[in-house]
Amino acid sequence: MFLWPPLPVVLPLFTAAFVAAAGPYLPRKLVDAITLGTAAAVMAVCCLLTLQSSGSAIVYWFGAWVPYGHFPIGVAFVIDPMGAGMAAFVAFLVMAAFTFSWQYFDDVRTLYHSLMLIFLAAMCGMCLTGDIFNMFVWFELMSAAGVALCGYHADETGPLQGAINFSVMNTLGAFLSLSGVAMLYSRTGALNFAGIEVALQRQEHLGVFLPIVFIFVIAGFLVKSAAFPFHFWLDDAHAVAPTPVCILFSGVMVELGLFAAARVYYSVFAIALLPWLPALRTLFLAVGATSAIVGGLMAFGQRHLKRLLAFSTISHMGVMILGFALFTSTGLAGTALYVLGHGLVKGALFVGAGILLNRFQSVDEFALQNVGRQMPKTAIIFILGAVGLAGMPPFATYFGEAAIEHSGTQAGLPWISIVIMLSGFLTAGAVLRVAGRVFFGWGEKPTGESRAPRIDLKREMQGQKSKTPPTMWLPAAVMLIIAIALGWFTPLRQAILRDATWFRNTRGYVAAVLHGSAGGPGQYHVPVPHAMPGMHIGGVWMPDMWREVITLALAALLAAIALFPYAIGRRAGTALRHGAALAMRPLHAIHSGKIGDYVAWFTVGIAALAGYLALRR
Amino acid sequence: MTTYAYVVAAWLFAIGLFGIVTSKNLVHMCLCLTVVQASTYLLLTGVGYRPGGTAPIFVNLPAGAPIVDPVVQALMLTDIVVETTVVALMLALTVQIHKKTGNCDPNATTALQG
Repeated sequence: MFLWPPLPVVLPLFTAAFVAAAGPYLPRKLVDAITLGTAAAVMAVCCLLTLQSSGSAIVYWFGAWVPYGHFPIGVAFVIDPMGAGMAAFVAFLVMAAFTFSWQYFDDVRTLYHSLMLIFLAAMCGMCLTGDIFNMFVWFELMSAAGVALCGYHADETGPLQGAINFSVMNTLGAFLSLSGVAMLYSRTGALNFAGIEVALQRQEHLGVFLPIVFIFVIAGFLVKSAAFPFHFWLDDAHAVAPTPVCILFSGVMVELGLFAAARVYYSVFAIALLPWLPALRTLFLAVGATSAIVGGLMAFGQRHLKRLLAFSTISHMGVMILGFALFTSTGLAGTALYVLGHGLVKGALFVGAGILLNRFQSVDEFALQNVGRQMPKTAIIFILGAVGLAGMPPFATYFGEAAIEHSGTQAGLPWISIVIMLSGFLTAGAVLRVAGRVFFGWGEKPTGESRAPRIDLKREMQGQKSKTPPTMWLPAAVMLIIAIALGWFTPLRQAILRDATWFRNTRGYVAAVLHGSAGGPGQYHVPVPHAMPGMHIGGVWMPDMWREVITLALAALLAAIALFPYAIGRRAGTALRHGAALAMRPLHAIHSGKIGDYVAWFTVGIAALAGYLALRR
Repeated sequence: MTTYAYVVAAWLFAIGLFGIVTSKNLVHMCLCLTVVQASTYLLLTGVGYRPGGTAPIFVNLPAGAPIVDPVVQALMLTDIVVETTVVALMLALTVQIHKKTGNCDPNATTALQG
């Protein structure tokens, strides 16, 4: 039992070192098997930890440096079902990525496997840690491994540029987070989440220091979670990263940013920041809604397939931020479900894009027109993916959306439903448009004014494959099936609601860490809301699903209009195209690809967030 | 003394940011990033400073003598290690970009736009 908690981190790190050292002398198949096995083992351990921690949080002090008179002096992993479950999901997606890359890269060297394993270890560390500086270190390790993976094809300009943008933005965010950590330490003398929380309770007259430090500490996580004005690096990085890496970037890495922000908020700041709660809610709702809409619009405006999916991730991250921004258990549970559903659906879509890239050396929508007529499996991946993005039941995304919408309506914020519908409408519309063009050959050829694709990815795969091997489409099929199955699985939804309620229980968390689960009040003695909306599939047939049906229908209509703009009349179609291009111009303009601009946005964004919180109250 | 350190730290952060925003060369940009990083060193050590404190080496130290906080110094060391990795990685990417395009201007390569 006491050996389990560090395993999700230790195991992949050791294997990474082993593979890096011995890999060149081993056959490729063996390296694949070892790394896949390691990811599977991590997932098994994390699942075990999820189950074990569902009674009370597991607190593991490294080197047995237990608290000294209730004051934390060591570094701890604090494992609760939410964190361990997230780590298990991370490991699952890493397995999917490894399976996909089995026959995807021809020239893959073992460094790829090592980097992926380090990436896995860092993400698990983020999920399990109970120490703020420890979290910073995992965050930086995750960024470093991510940057190296993003620029893995180091002989092309696109990946290099994307990796530079990725690393500068994330490192800057991490520096601001570290400054925040230093400021917190100066007032509390603690680095353990629970220790800081207790010390903050004792402090008085912190005034505006507190919200500003909070924004500083989560700055890095906001950059990572691609909240609007910090999201610019994401679409650059995703567009150029190797496809298996994209599955992880979109599926879990970005979500971990939000997870870390939520973890820091609920274990450290929640009680101390109570006077600022209305301001925080307004702030995060605004950030989430803007990300959802900007991401959706930009996704629809792309013809580069991976970049389209990247912007869709930004849009859906906005939805997840909305769920967090409600500061309710139901909202947070909705976000958690949405993370699962979105990660699986988006992973499947990236696999689909990877299959196209593998077969035709292009991810440009127009270059791929009509090439996919003989690819029914890939077509199904894309269409089902669009349905999942629109949040149709029984995809897990539906249940996440339904919970967030339910909580929003209860809080008197019905417009949240409209934002979520817009996000699903735009992103599903974009994917359906691509599917229609690529697999059915619909749509007109572009006229000269269209934006030419600038990113060349043909080197990702050498030699045209005439047939798609099953190791490539199988991960997508499995991910889609699980995304559907999770929705049907009622106990999971109930467990997530319970875990979200516990996750938000600051006092329980502190007691579990500093007093041990035996002494003091247990972590979990809080009432759990009884049911989640959309819980009872058997009795009532999903009462809220009309929203999703409308969303999907409108998305299909949008895709049809985009494919056949002249069906509504030549002049009307032309006017529509020009109008849309004109409206999108400022949005395209701010996504300039220039790192200087992004850093300026970052500075303005942080100043705006901190300034707003400092002035409100 | 400590206030002065904080002011310098804030200044370094701001000037580093300014450098990155206006940078015309990727190597220059990496160095600006290390300037921002230097601000975190100052902030961390400034936080741990105690007036009259000596180095936290507990050999031959009279009991009760004031020492500076060793925890933040450990953090700073970790910070250095972590950031060296990141900057090394970025410089490696810069070398590759220079090999590929022949220049280091971050605004010259517009592979990722719109």
